Amino acid sequence: MSTLPDGRYVDDRPYERDLGEEARNADLDVSNTRLVWRRFREHKLGLVSALFLLFSYLMLPFAGFISPYTANERAPDHLYGAPQGIHLFHEGSLIGPYVYPITAEVNLETFSWEYIRDYDNPAKLEFFCEASYYKLAGFIKTNRHLFCAPEGATVFLLGADRLGRDVFSRILYGAQLSLTVGLVGITVSFFIGIILGSIAGYFGGFLDWIINRVIEILRSLPELPLWLALSAAVPSHWSPVAVFFIISIILGILDWPGLARAVRSKFLSLREEEFVRAAEMMGAKPSRVIGKHLLPNFLSHLIASATLSIPAMILGETALSFLGLGLRAPAVSWGVMLNDAQNLASIEIYPWTAIPMLPIVIIVLAFNFFGDGLRDALDPNRS
Amino acid sequence: MAMLRFAVFRLFTMLATLVVVSVLIFIIINLPPGDYLSNQINELRATGQSSGVAKAEFLRQEYALDRPLWEQYLIWMGFAPGPHGFSGLLQGEFGWSFEFDRPVAELVGGALWLTVLVNLAAILFVYMVALPLGVIAAARAKTWIDYTSAFVGYLGLATPNFLLALILFYYGNRYLNLPIGGLMDPKFEGEPMSFEKMKSVLVHLIIPTFVIGTSGAAAMMQRLRANLLDELGKPYVETARAKGMSESRMLVKYPLRVAFNPFVADIGTLLPAMVSGSVLVSVVLGLQTIGPVLLTALKSQDLFLSAFVLMFVALLTLIGTLISDLLLALLDPRIRFGGRSS
Repeated sequence: MSTLPDGRYVDDRPYERDLGEEARNADLDVSNTRLVWRRFREHKLGLVSALFLLFSYLMLPFAGFISPYTANERAPDHLYGAPQGIHLFHEGSLIGPYVYPITAEVNLETFSWEYIRDYDNPAKLEFFCEASYYKLAGFIKTNRHLFCAPEGATVFLLGADRLGRDVFSRILYGAQLSLTVGLVGITVSFFIGIILGSIAGYFGGFLDWIINRVIEILRSLPELPLWLALSAAVPSHWSPVAVFFIISIILGILDWPGLARAVRSKFLSLREEEFVRAAEMMGAKPSRVIGKHLLPNFLSHLIASATLSIPAMILGETALSFLGLGLRAPAVSWGVMLNDAQNLASIEIYPWTAIPMLPIVIIVLAFNFFGDGLRDALDPNRS
Repeated sequence: MAMLRFAVFRLFTMLATLVVVSVLIFIIINLPPGDYLSNQINELRATGQSSGVAKAEFLRQEYALDRPLWEQYLIWMGFAPGPHGFSGLLQGEFGWSFEFDRPVAELVGGALWLTVLVNLAAILFVYMVALPLGVIAAARAKTWIDYTSAFVGYLGLATPNFLLALILFYYGNRYLNLPIGGLMDPKFEGEPMSFEKMKSVLVHLIIPTFVIGTSGAAAMMQRLRANLLDELGKPYVETARAKGMSESRMLVKYPLRVAFNPFVADIGTLLPAMVSGSVLVSVVLGLQTIGPVLLTALKSQDLFLSAFVLMFVALLTLIGTLISDLLLALLDPRIRFGGRSS
């Protein structure tokens, strides 16, 4: 302790800044994306889900390459074939990944298929081999597969279905439709929702009244019967691609009211802000005020809530296809596959025909966790 | 008095909505090209059966299917006279099912009550499960109870209804000896209501109720938990605790009552989801509700049958919304007097 000439007391120790506090706040002025990412990272479940979803979507173009069979390829001798495990060791020695060949026989007493495994002749899997032709990413025609069945044997990782088609391959192919149906649907709903919601919120008055009534009516109607009625109107001679698009549009058409309502209430509160007034004073057209000044304020929130409604669409597609009013064979989606699992008898005897429910549950859960994480990360009022 | 005025106003809005909905439904039903009868006529002509053609042509005129669409709509609703004078929904004439060759009213009569019953049971289930679980999850937030219920809730949300139905049906029958299929023992079908029949229906209801209600209960539980957690952070809760009020009494007396509002208002959004779920589950489980009827009617373009079923489903949800609005007005005077501010 020393005394200054003017009588004040000063500590002699050198001045030390509290680096801890400052380091914590050092980069609080980084870009918003960075901050959001930092908060999102803390949500472990959301992060894992996001990575899983990313992986699933990136896999879609290569579904044909990863799967050993094509979607509608049949093995007539292996109807309801049982799942085959991949083994590494045969009688104590390592011979690489192999399967035991299976022959199917009808048991005329129980009237079901029985599978006899040939444990003496392990058949080695082939890698980067040539099998049936498919189109990689939709346009490169090739017959190269990651792995395929050895000569004279089959490789049904998750069993085969009623017509002897590989369930594993079909799940991968089905993902292409089942996963994108939600994306197309949410795009449709997003556009309608934002346009109508912003018109209602920005202009108010009569337009607002009309749009509000439409929202109320659509929200008070049960979705599924309307989905059913609309998809029953899809002509049966349309190509699978056309049916796919129309189904996703149908899913989106009934989903927008929730979004429009959120947009509208945000607009009502933001409309009175000074920056909006200023923009209007300077002669900006309504479309510019909405698009440049208002929407960016809460677009990220909308995206988060849109993420949360994708699973509803995936489930919707599954339900429609399951009931036979959605996608139809030869198109492959998880709902179409489950259509085969409709009766209890087949599930009891051949439980693997119900396997497509697993990817559905997992994907829907992942979307829910991801959306929750995203919403928490984007919420500035978070505690 | 204000309450009565509000009720009358809401009733009026509901009727207006119903008219709009009927237009919507009629348009949707008429979206597919052609109608049941003209398709049938084409088919009969193609196969060279002329005797059926005459009957189909007769039916076409009988039900005014040869008139323009807007006229058909007015006749169907009973706003305009058809070939036999006023005979539309307003007059209690539900039309003719071409697929089953019977009047619609006769066809769906029993199914209507069973539909209402199934949905009522599901709603009761949702509230009975969501209320205690939501409160416990909020009061014991971040404990294993909370996490377990959240996990089960997420699983309930993520599993498609119909799969849950299949699985539960299988295991319910295997381990609990619950009956499979239908809403009552076949021997009671068409019999007058009796105690035995009642019991049979109740036992058959267990699994459908559980399946239809699970996702709704999960969503409602999470919402109640979130609302309650918001309230629990407020100063008045702390004051109550500081004064030594017992935790459970405090919880029920103040925060729960505040958090209860959205709980009641949710019937409006819950009901459409319930009805959707019940249609799907009925098809899978073979319940004698209007679900399977709707599906066959839609697939075969049975115009009046599907239109009537859709109308009934819409009416059901609208009535549910009306009830929830009235309950909410009873609970919360702000809604009765001020009108809702957005």
